[in-house]
Amino acid sequence: MAQKRNPAFMMGYRLYVLAFFIFLAAPLVAAGTFAFNDSLFPALPWQGFTLDWFFNDTEPKLGMFHDRRLLRGLYYSFVFATMVSLLSVFVGTCNSFLFVRVNFPYKNFFYIMMVVPLVIPGVILGISILVLASTVANGVEETFNYEIEFLRPGILLVVLGQFSFITTITSLVITARLRKFDETMEEAAFNLGASRARVLRTVTLPFLWPAMFAAGIVAFLVSFENFNTTLFLVGSEAPLTITMFDRMVKVGSTPVLNAVSFFLMVGSGLLALLSILVQRDKTET
Amino acid sequence: MQKDITRLSFILLFAPFALWIVLLIILPHIGMVIISLREKVAPRVYEFSFAQYIDFVQEPIYWNTLLRTGSMSLLVTVLALIIGFPIAYYIAKIAGKRSKGALFLLCLIPLWVSDLIRAFGWILLLRETGVISTALQKTGLVGQPVEFLYNDATVIMGLVYTVILFMIVPLVSTLDGMDDAMVEAGYNLGGNGPTVLRRIIIPYAMPGIVSGCIVVFMLTAGSYLTPILLGGKNSSWFTEQIYEQFISRYNWESGAAFGFLLLFFTSVVVWLGLKISGQTLSSTVAKS
Repeated sequence: MAQKRNPAFMMGYRLYVLAFFIFLAAPLVAAGTFAFNDSLFPALPWQGFTLDWFFNDTEPKLGMFHDRRLLRGLYYSFVFATMVSLLSVFVGTCNSFLFVRVNFPYKNFFYIMMVVPLVIPGVILGISILVLASTVANGVEETFNYEIEFLRPGILLVVLGQFSFITTITSLVITARLRKFDETMEEAAFNLGASRARVLRTVTLPFLWPAMFAAGIVAFLVSFENFNTTLFLVGSEAPLTITMFDRMVKVGSTPVLNAVSFFLMVGSGLLALLSILVQRDKTET
Repeated sequence: MQKDITRLSFILLFAPFALWIVLLIILPHIGMVIISLREKVAPRVYEFSFAQYIDFVQEPIYWNTLLRTGSMSLLVTVLALIIGFPIAYYIAKIAGKRSKGALFLLCLIPLWVSDLIRAFGWILLLRETGVISTALQKTGLVGQPVEFLYNDATVIMGLVYTVILFMIVPLVSTLDGMDDAMVEAGYNLGGNGPTVLRRIIIPYAMPGIVSGCIVVFMLTAGSYLTPILLGGKNSSWFTEQIYEQFISRYNWESGAAFGFLLLFFTSVVVWLGLKISGQTLSSTVAKS
């Protein structure tokens, strides 16, 4: 195909692809670079390299590792992301067995239902879950005069809200892997006298494990960076994205936000790399 | 005995799925619709009414915002397709084996970075005191600082940036499955570049195109951070209206009605898109 196009066209095409990747990288580079600028504002001119925005412990250049509110945000993001990824990998694994191994009526319809949460706008997921939880809590409060604390905005609602669409992602990833499983391997194990639980533990789950791990990392990252759904469900335990947004809107941008951005980019880059390595190792051997 | 076990495992596997979909998706949406269909007549007293929807129709600012959100989202979808298709084609068909994987991964990198950070990066580049404005002044192209933020073009650019990956990924996986011989055959039968593109490549890639467009459109229409941060307070995005009703005015009835309208409106657009392109949900997004 390439030979049939003229060289000028291919040259232009390559330049276009290059320009596209520069476009992709530009804002990320900008957000990361200014973390190291020795200035009170994330803007040019460049005033020299510094690590103050990470480690300095005094105002006005309070580094991110000494900023209590940012650290609290980081902690809660971590808590939410861990809970969401564990929960969504568990349900995602169940879903993959349900849709790959079991035949039941209206399976196609249910499969579409499983994918739908991914395309519902996050804002709507947030408000609808908030509305339902508050309605139930108000109803109980009025009839029994008992306040159900956990149905008010807070940790549980944030986790459920993020879980509601992240489970679709984990289900899709794990389902794709389970479809590639050769069922004769299980039959062989059964013929050798293994019990159902043992086959699951020693044959099927080890095969699925890389996909479950990768799905867990994706879930962790998506939860970590979620904003739209979390915004409506958050209580006093604000995760990092909410804290950063507050800071940006109320205080304006300072390079400490760049430092957090840099930290998050490196962290998620490493996690993404890890998930790729885990998947690659197992599929090629 | 065997039948009982099958049935038991079905129930055990179906239970988490059913709990998830019913408790977190279906019931909340029903609750949202019910709340949107009532009106506060006195403190803690509500009546069934269409007042929220009538308000929406009577207040031009509301439905203008919805139409604006919808049309700008369509524009973003089209732009993402036009800009993303050549990139996807390059990755799937032209790049060598080794660079292919690397390019695909490069495409995915922004996916792992929060919307907030991406928008923040654009702000640093585009604002009056930002990198581009400063650079333009240094080179003498402009005399005074230029503000690139807070206009529709920037919002559209930022939205295309945010969602284009969701266009490229399905396109790459569809185009990957295309046999090069099909393109060869097109040329051998006398077709030129544009004909081959229109008659062979695009029809083949249709499921990927439609799937990418659906996801991109829904994500754009439901986005909140990018329009607010790049467009300022006056970007009039419909999700801002929802947020304002819910959080600032504490008017849940109207917020729920707006939420339902956004969902309904975007679903109708997606449905129309599927009808026009002759695809179904299960042949595109929910491809098993």
